[in-house]
Amino acid sequence: MTAKRSITVIVNGECLTGEAEPRMLLADFLRDELRRTGTHVGCEHGVCGACTIIIDGDAVRSCLMFAVQADGAEISTIEGLATNGEMHPLQKLFSEHHALQCGFCTPGMLMTAIDLVHNSNDHSPGAIRIGMSAALCRCTGYVGIIDAVMEYARQVHGDAAVTGDETGGGRNDG
Amino acid sequence: MDDSVRRESGGYIGQSVPRREDKNLLLGQGNFVADIQLPGMVHAAFARSPLPHAKIVSVDVTAARAMNGVCFAASGDDVMAALPPINGMQVVAPQGWRDRVDTDILIPDQPLIPNDKLRYVGEAFALVVADSRYIAEDALELIEPDLKALQPLPDAESALVDGAPLVHEHLGRNVAAFLHAKKGAGAEGLEAASHRLKRRFVHHRYAAMPMECRGVVADYDTRTDTLTIWSSTQVVHWVRREVATALGMPEERVRCIAPDVGGGFGGKGHVYPEDILVAWLAREIGRPVKWVEDRHEHILNAAHSRDNIYDVEIGFDDDGKILALTSSFLVDSGAYTPVGAGIAGNSIAHMLGPYHIENYETDCKVVLTNRTPNAPYRGAGRPEVAFAMERSVDLVANHLGLDPAEVRFRNMIPPEDMPYEVGLTYRDGVAMIYDSGDYPSALRSALAELGGLETIRQRQKDALSEGRYLGLGLGCYVEGTGVGPFEGATVKIDPTGKIMVATGACPQGQGHETIFAQFAADMWQVPIDDVFVTVADTGHVTQGYGTIASRSTVTASGAIKLATDEVHEKVFAIAANLLETAETDLELRDAGVGVKGVPDMHVSYRDIATAAKPGWGHQRPDGVVAGLEATSYYEPPTVTWSYAANATLVEIDPETGQIAIEKYVEVHDAGVLVNPKLADGQVKGGLVQGLGGALLEELAYDDHGQLLTGSLMDYLLPSASDVPPLAVIHQETPSLLNAFGVKGLGEGGAIAPPVVIANAVCDALRPFKAELNSTPVRWAEIAMFFDQNG
Amino acid sequence: MKPASFDHLLPTSLHEALEMLNTHAPDARPLAGGQSLVPMMNFRLARPTVLVDLNRISDLAYISDAGDHLAIGAMTRERTIENSGLVRTATPLLYDATLHIGHLPIRSRGTIGGSLSNADPAAEYPATVLALDATLVAQSVRGERTISAAEFFDGVMTTTLEPDEILTEIRMPKAPPGSGSALVEISRRHGDFALAGVAAQITLDGNSVTDIRLAACGVGPGPIRLAESEMILRERGLSDDALAAAGGAAAAATDPDGDVHATAAYRRKLAGVMTKRAVGKAAARARQSA
Repeated sequence: MTAKRSITVIVNGECLTGEAEPRMLLADFLRDELRRTGTHVGCEHGVCGACTIIIDGDAVRSCLMFAVQADGAEISTIEGLATNGEMHPLQKLFSEHHALQCGFCTPGMLMTAIDLVHNSNDHSPGAIRIGMSAALCRCTGYVGIIDAVMEYARQVHGDAAVTGDETGGGRNDG
Repeated sequence: MDDSVRRESGGYIGQSVPRREDKNLLLGQGNFVADIQLPGMVHAAFARSPLPHAKIVSVDVTAARAMNGVCFAASGDDVMAALPPINGMQVVAPQGWRDRVDTDILIPDQPLIPNDKLRYVGEAFALVVADSRYIAEDALELIEPDLKALQPLPDAESALVDGAPLVHEHLGRNVAAFLHAKKGAGAEGLEAASHRLKRRFVHHRYAAMPMECRGVVADYDTRTDTLTIWSSTQVVHWVRREVATALGMPEERVRCIAPDVGGGFGGKGHVYPEDILVAWLAREIGRPVKWVEDRHEHILNAAHSRDNIYDVEIGFDDDGKILALTSSFLVDSGAYTPVGAGIAGNSIAHMLGPYHIENYETDCKVVLTNRTPNAPYRGAGRPEVAFAMERSVDLVANHLGLDPAEVRFRNMIPPEDMPYEVGLTYRDGVAMIYDSGDYPSALRSALAELGGLETIRQRQKDALSEGRYLGLGLGCYVEGTGVGPFEGATVKIDPTGKIMVATGACPQGQGHETIFAQFAADMWQVPIDDVFVTVADTGHVTQGYGTIASRSTVTASGAIKLATDEVHEKVFAIAANLLETAETDLELRDAGVGVKGVPDMHVSYRDIATAAKPGWGHQRPDGVVAGLEATSYYEPPTVTWSYAANATLVEIDPETGQIAIEKYVEVHDAGVLVNPKLADGQVKGGLVQGLGGALLEELAYDDHGQLLTGSLMDYLLPSASDVPPLAVIHQETPSLLNAFGVKGLGEGGAIAPPVVIANAVCDALRPFKAELNSTPVRWAEIAMFFDQNG
Repeated sequence: MKPASFDHLLPTSLHEALEMLNTHAPDARPLAGGQSLVPMMNFRLARPTVLVDLNRISDLAYISDAGDHLAIGAMTRERTIENSGLVRTATPLLYDATLHIGHLPIRSRGTIGGSLSNADPAAEYPATVLALDATLVAQSVRGERTISAAEFFDGVMTTTLEPDEILTEIRMPKAPPGSGSALVEISRRHGDFALAGVAAQITLDGNSVTDIRLAACGVGPGPIRLAESEMILRERGLSDDALAAAGGAAAAATDPDGDVHATAAYRRKLAGVMTKRAVGKAAARARQSA
């Protein structure tokens, strides 16, 4: 074992300090050390996306970063989306569109969608579907998730931005 | 939510009431097993077999036990000395089924950690407990197993070869169960058929793969001699039973809670060794113990499913009328069969689907091999028979030059024949009767949703003339749902007047807290927010069964109704006393009881609860005992029959063999829908799992019994971009078997897609007379047909 | 699935990083984006005892116009490349390749230098740099050297980098005016590694091909330059016959292994199909830009 180090991060605007061995995954640090368990761990090899959080503006897999790498970083997680108990518009849309069943993938879905809708240039339905394929859901068949994220994109960018062909459907460009 | 939904419609049942589960989950305030942190908690990890079949010479845990940060380590010897194996039959088939289906069953018990030999890759041979999961995994590396590789039995056929080594020597054979069933003249019925076709159908191995792996936390309280277990399970009462049995404790002193559960789909539908071991460790060590399965462990060790081989012969006349069908099939059960012959029993019962077929005979071997144990997963034996049956129907059509849709219509049971006696026995021991439904109508609607049969066929012709390959795939099934033996519910009126409901159902995302509140709110005529629902906690319902087998909507609603009926009686008696009127003049209204036609004459449930209290000052009439609560058990007479027709239109890329799904339709009937939005979500989620099984997901083993797909890099779950446009249409033919007309629907969606996709591809490749009779449907195989046909 | 213990070193300059790597080689590994290394560590299939974390070396993250090529710092994130207008116009093949890498959250962390150094045979960047004859710059305490893309890859997940060297810069030749490019691949799901993929850059003069560069991924122990296919198309133009022949030559040039996702024969066949499609798409883009 290697000695623990003190790590300070800003999580949802709150400055938090904890201790971590170099090998501690950021996801574990958030959940077990800082007790922010809203972020979930589903595969620990970067495929399922349940642990997706936003670090310094970009969505990343928190199971593929070590806590020591995040020292000083600004992190947003599912717990920070609501304000004063009022759900974020995307959270409301997830509920309205039945975009969650068991809710385990939900933290990764929400954080992926936030980054996708706010930071990418292409808001076509096809791009949203491809973008949301970064996180896996086993319950919903993605129907409600895609509907909710498209509706959110319309709220943020206007109806005109969210148009075009919905490609996807498993097709590669090959 | 406000009361307006109910007032407009006269009830909550049938309304898409928003889920009460959503808020916590969306705010990141869910509470899954992995989220539980208790003071002094330590972490377990398991050393797992790298070999499919091996004799254990020795396992030395000394170095691991001595490691800094490790508080406990045990080998199979240590565990076997302390704990009995899990009873191999977690579900016992009723005598009625055993009497009417020929069976010869030898189910092996499952050691919690074996000390003689290892029977699949991933089976545990030792465990450690440490201050963190990180340290526990370090300690696992210090365990030195001396394992002697034995000849592996990598699949069912190799296990049946004469002289093959045995997976469980004491059984004397590699067959856990022989089953046989017959309808009409059985195989002899084939002789009268002017046409006969024989085919082998192979349904590959895949699994539930919930996004949350399994996990258990246990805490033992010395003072009260009580164990509390939090398990990511679909069956808390089974866990309580098995833990109590293994640890020699009264069931009342073991409480099992399934907190938020991140999907189950059957994979968490029985008790696993870890459920018992973690509970034992907590008592043994005297500290709370946590084990969270990682994804690699989950893929190796959590139950797999499907993995069947069917040899089918079908006899039919010139018109495509099916006269007889025989099916001889193997289930690769892996090393243990935690749910016994249940999957095979389902397969036997569901083979004939929505068709009237006079003669049927089937036999089955449930075969023990060196694969991971096989247990029910969404569909549980039905996708496999649907594949065999619905491919066969297409083959009949092709053989006669008829449209596959037409052959289906000619063989379907017409609605006027409902209820329809099948002539077989369900695994609840009761003669099978399809209770209600209109099968042809479902198929007509599915075709219409794709543009209508004629239009589709014309489009195919036009496309073919441009060198494009379009295919129509059809697939129908029936599904026995709401199976017994029972479900329990406790209904109380709280002193505050609120309605408290607890059931043995254990949801994993279905929205039970919402739909059972809908039921109870209607039964009590209260705003839905006055109903508080507790699920998945043995501390709240004495006996329960759990959420498996598309059963909870039917069985838990039945139990809630029985308990409610009982409490209603007391409520009316006490209200009559308070209002000084006859019970017959009373009705439930406005969160209480009122005199019909007299708006002012009303007492609230709160007042009634106060009147019902035991002790001084109660206002119960003579003969009414104190308290307003009842616990009841609903024992369904037999299953309700849901069904569906599926249709899809695909286009094949002739160069790569890729399949583009233009649209996928399921017309589904689960009787009265309690919450249409949630029902829709269940069916669509199931469909996408079925598509995953058809096209992406595969637990592939090599010839030496090694699993080749041990990560989510290789076990491919469908992602958003793999999902085609889905259309789900609900027919609502009420069940005749229960008060609400409901049927189950959790599994249905996952049943048909494999065969529907295979049929669609074969239809597209009709110019080549292509047949795809195994899953998954592989692009490479499709591309080969084009290569071979220039 | 927790990584074994290691020591984490966090240099803030390249010089410091090279010193660290030199001190701790051969047990030390540089950590770039970590999107391949960390999963391997979580499975304990990789267990370096020292990680030299390059993520705080801001000098290694840049995209600059260097006349005939773009100079790209090795620690430039794939996401930065995807969003770079300069990349999109100067080296559109690199842009196309980037869109095929994993998913957005992977590209947020993944770096071009990390991907190339990891040298996964199914990855898109190795084929891209090979097709474009990019130059790779490596540094160690012993100094700097440049390596041609053709000499950089050395079998499955192996490069010719020495244990004390770090890939620091990638020099991507700019696409000639009027050229077109495309990376076309087939994978089982969006974002998965390719079963077969082909990177193509083509310059046309009317219907004749004046320059063409092709490289395949996913169909051999490393990226494969499709020289034979290039020659066929240069000599015979873009007729259906020539494309078919180029596809056939591409298939013949590959050396795929079979696995659970695709047999070797199928991958080989796909290499031919992807070659035709990549050339077709690149040529269409060349015509558009002409």
